[in-house]
Amino acid sequence: MELVFALVIGALTSSGVYLILRARTFPVVVGLTLLSYGVNLFLFSSGRLATGQQPIIGTAASYADPLPQALVLTAIVIGFAMTAFVVVLSLRNLADNEDDHVDGKQPYKSPAPEEESEVTGK
Amino acid sequence: MSLPLVVLLPFLGALAAPLFAQGGRTAIAVASSVPALIALAALFPHWETLSDGGVVLHSYEWLPALGLSFSFRLDGLSLLFALLILIIGLLIILYARYYLKAYENVGKFYALLLCFKGSMLGIVLSSNLLLMMIFWELTSLTSFLLISFWTHKQDARRGARMALAVTGGGGFALLAGILIIGNIVGSFELDDVLAAGDLIKNHALYPVVLTLVLLGAFTKSAQFPFHFWLPHAMQAPTPVSAYLHSATMVKAGVFLMARLYPALAGTEQWFYMVSFTGMATMLLGAYTAMFKHDLKGLLAYSTVSQLGLITLLFGMGTQLAAVAAIFHVINHATFKASLFMAAGIIDHETGTRDMRRINGLWRFMPHTATLAMVAAASNAGVPLLNGFLSKEMFFAESLALNLPGLWAWLPPIVATLAGVFTVAYSARFIHDVFFNGKPVDLPIYPPHEPPRYMKIPAEILVFALVMIGIFPAISVGPLLYMAASATFGGNVPDYQLAAFHGFNLPLMMSFFAFAGGLLMYSQRQRFFDFHARFREIDEKAVFESVVLRIVDFANSVTSRLENGSLQRYALLLFVSVIAVAAMPLLDLGVFVGENGLSPVDAPTAIAAAVLILCAFATAGLHRQRFYALVLLSVVGLVVALAFARFSAPDLAMTQLSVEVVTIVLLMLAIYYMHPWTPVETPLKRRLRDVAIAAVAGIGMTLVTLAMLTQPFSSISEFFLENSKPGGGGTNVVNVILVDFRGFDTLGEITVLAIAALGIYAMLKDTVLTPPPSDGAGHAWARDAHPLMLSLIARPMLPLALMVSAFIFLRGHNLPGGGFIAGLITSIALILQYIASGMEWTEDRIRLRYHNVIGLGLLFATVAGLGSFAFGYPFLTSTFDYITWPVVGKFEVASALIFDLGVYLAVIGATLLSLVTVGRMSPHSAIRSKQEGA
Repeated sequence: MELVFALVIGALTSSGVYLILRARTFPVVVGLTLLSYGVNLFLFSSGRLATGQQPIIGTAASYADPLPQALVLTAIVIGFAMTAFVVVLSLRNLADNEDDHVDGKQPYKSPAPEEESEVTGK
Repeated sequence: MSLPLVVLLPFLGALAAPLFAQGGRTAIAVASSVPALIALAALFPHWETLSDGGVVLHSYEWLPALGLSFSFRLDGLSLLFALLILIIGLLIILYARYYLKAYENVGKFYALLLCFKGSMLGIVLSSNLLLMMIFWELTSLTSFLLISFWTHKQDARRGARMALAVTGGGGFALLAGILIIGNIVGSFELDDVLAAGDLIKNHALYPVVLTLVLLGAFTKSAQFPFHFWLPHAMQAPTPVSAYLHSATMVKAGVFLMARLYPALAGTEQWFYMVSFTGMATMLLGAYTAMFKHDLKGLLAYSTVSQLGLITLLFGMGTQLAAVAAIFHVINHATFKASLFMAAGIIDHETGTRDMRRINGLWRFMPHTATLAMVAAASNAGVPLLNGFLSKEMFFAESLALNLPGLWAWLPPIVATLAGVFTVAYSARFIHDVFFNGKPVDLPIYPPHEPPRYMKIPAEILVFALVMIGIFPAISVGPLLYMAASATFGGNVPDYQLAAFHGFNLPLMMSFFAFAGGLLMYSQRQRFFDFHARFREIDEKAVFESVVLRIVDFANSVTSRLENGSLQRYALLLFVSVIAVAAMPLLDLGVFVGENGLSPVDAPTAIAAAVLILCAFATAGLHRQRFYALVLLSVVGLVVALAFARFSAPDLAMTQLSVEVVTIVLLMLAIYYMHPWTPVETPLKRRLRDVAIAAVAGIGMTLVTLAMLTQPFSSISEFFLENSKPGGGGTNVVNVILVDFRGFDTLGEITVLAIAALGIYAMLKDTVLTPPPSDGAGHAWARDAHPLMLSLIARPMLPLALMVSAFIFLRGHNLPGGGFIAGLITSIALILQYIASGMEWTEDRIRLRYHNVIGLGLLFATVAGLGSFAFGYPFLTSTFDYITWPVVGKFEVASALIFDLGVYLAVIGATLLSLVTVGRMSPHSAIRSKQEGA
């Protein structure tokens, strides 16, 4: 079980990191979201994996660690706020620069593949 | 109490002094003298204790965890320095009264002077080395401000900066040294450190400690090769030069050597490092002084040379030499301060300090001339003056050094040679300035004697130096004995203080120095010609160019790291995180801990496989933004399932609802964006990124695996035990959020609110036209709000609101609570926007979401503040049970009000963000403008 859980976190991390290293804002936002899933699961699992032990008094014989759960609950909500903020930042970037490159400008132009220049209409 | 008072009074005086500036220079000078007079009166009663070899200790706790205490210690050595600082300080205050012009900012001057005095007293009286360090840095800072007192002069600013850079750098080294000492000894208190001398000297780090501490001392006391800042500090007003740069601050380094003498001295390293530095400084300073045409420049190099002499004496390592060093500290302070005062008077009365123009002043100001000549004679070491006494002791000690072979000749020869130069430049000071023809082209002509009271400080000092010179044993004997006894911790060697020691080898050396010096001065033109052949190094230019080079280097590094590319920053961040984390991870070795692995059930394995697959697919297909989004939502849903699977129902519900809101938001965002991400980075770079991502993922896998299989203990027992009796709820997670850690939650909803307001501010007047089609060539559907959807959505609203109310109310005892209920309400409202459009919904929900956020924060804060009314700390909750007619026994907790705040803040923040984004399209923008008009 632990190995599976660790692999999940690893997969989330590496997809997140790869996407954050991209040059356009949208993949970066998606990457951040993936990475925060991974981080939330990691923090959550610091209370160890427990089955059927929800920390509600009187419903189980022993309880899972409630503290990481409380931390992660707020982390999820704050993570949403951060994602929303970054999305809006990229939208503002798009509005101001008519482009969604992460640097607000394109450092160099490489010849874009044909079908893409077609769809973007440029 | 009296010792902290002595140190802190000048600082209080510094605050008060500027108030007296209105009353004129005399008023402020009198006011500024008060702290020193009180301090002298406070120190006087301790004289008895100290002359019996006692120590006065006043200690208060400050930060015991760091070893920092507010403790002060008075013994003979610190008394000697404190008296020098206080008495010469008083004379300087009087002198400065006449030196400064009425239109100058005297308030600032006296305030800084008092700050400096307090810092200097702090250095000599601190018992805690860290406390001393604070005062040490304060002297560097006040010195910086005093040198640059005339801020309009570029030279003054540069000189101040140089002094600060050199002494500040030294202070940094000293701090490191002191920290290591504290580490070795286990305490920063002086008594402990001095008692642990052998421990320090035998420690492996002793050479490091010694080097660092000496760097601090040498920079402060202007020792070669750090001496160059002192001559440039002469841009300061002359009272400052006399006080800081001859009598007190430059002695701080020397004081440090004396203070830590028992802890650090007596080893070979000490001998070589200190004595050779001293020798080089002494010789270089005396030689250079000869060639300075600037009166204060000559005195500055003379100070450098005399400080070198004192350092050399300490470096010799014998106790007699150390006594001579302390003695010379007193003597140098008296004659050099009076020389500076005379130089200041001459500058004041003639308008120049150039010795090629100042000649023959004897005819104009015989009184000042006499004072200056006596002081200069003492500097040169003329018998019956105090300089002679300590210089004799110095010559004697230089002969007594046991160096092997020919090396034995080096100290006496260097000493005599320095004596020759000293006599020569002293002769130049006397002869050039007061005789040697007539003044040349003076800005103020004819010069005359200064005001009566301006001479008094110099007169007092000259009187003192004559007294010490003739009656050393009576005048300064007891104080010197006390200081020496404190330096060595009680064992004072036999030494004789007398005006004349009989005919011996040291006297011969003095005699030779005089003959040589006078001869050299008479042949000065040849030396000037010889000296002129060498290009003089302009230390200021060198210093500035070094500074420039460092700045250039820093700039180039910065521009390489900070090139404006987010990709570069992200790359650097990830690579460095991996590098930092790799070390301990590799040390960990075994990744599966003691608890081992537990078996996997099939549904969990399948869900995990789906999640991993979708995560990779999101990354792989990210160019097609819509698909990436769909895959992302699958990942989020499986994460929610994972929370549910591993006993976290609250998390599962939160994740589920957040997931919905996030995906809606991202859908809204790609409506404005291009539906494709173009290929921009070359394959090589993409492969590099894949490699980095793979390493990061593997690293996280290993860390998680290692963590999950380790046994652990948690502080959660407390929460589980107290949730019901203390917080009145059985849902421990919710009780933690609204009660135990309520303050954190308050902070978090505040962050949420700020993020939402930031979003609103960023997009307020932004208009963004979405691309005309979805990217695959399809135009947008005409029917933006399908009837079916809107008809289903509308009855959903009251239903959803009821569910959220239910979830909110039960949250304290069962999964639920403000966060989740808020998100469910938000989703229900968002659904109306999606199904029926902005206009329709806005016409019906006339809520300003800013106000909802504000109301939420208000509720949460009021719930917290409410506990103050009952005398409990912030956010203490209370609860009771009441019986409702139909529902039955029901629990009412004050935490419910707090949770209501959370609920409202979440709704407000979520909807404000989404509605703001939705309103960006040109269509909505026009509408909102019309409304405004």
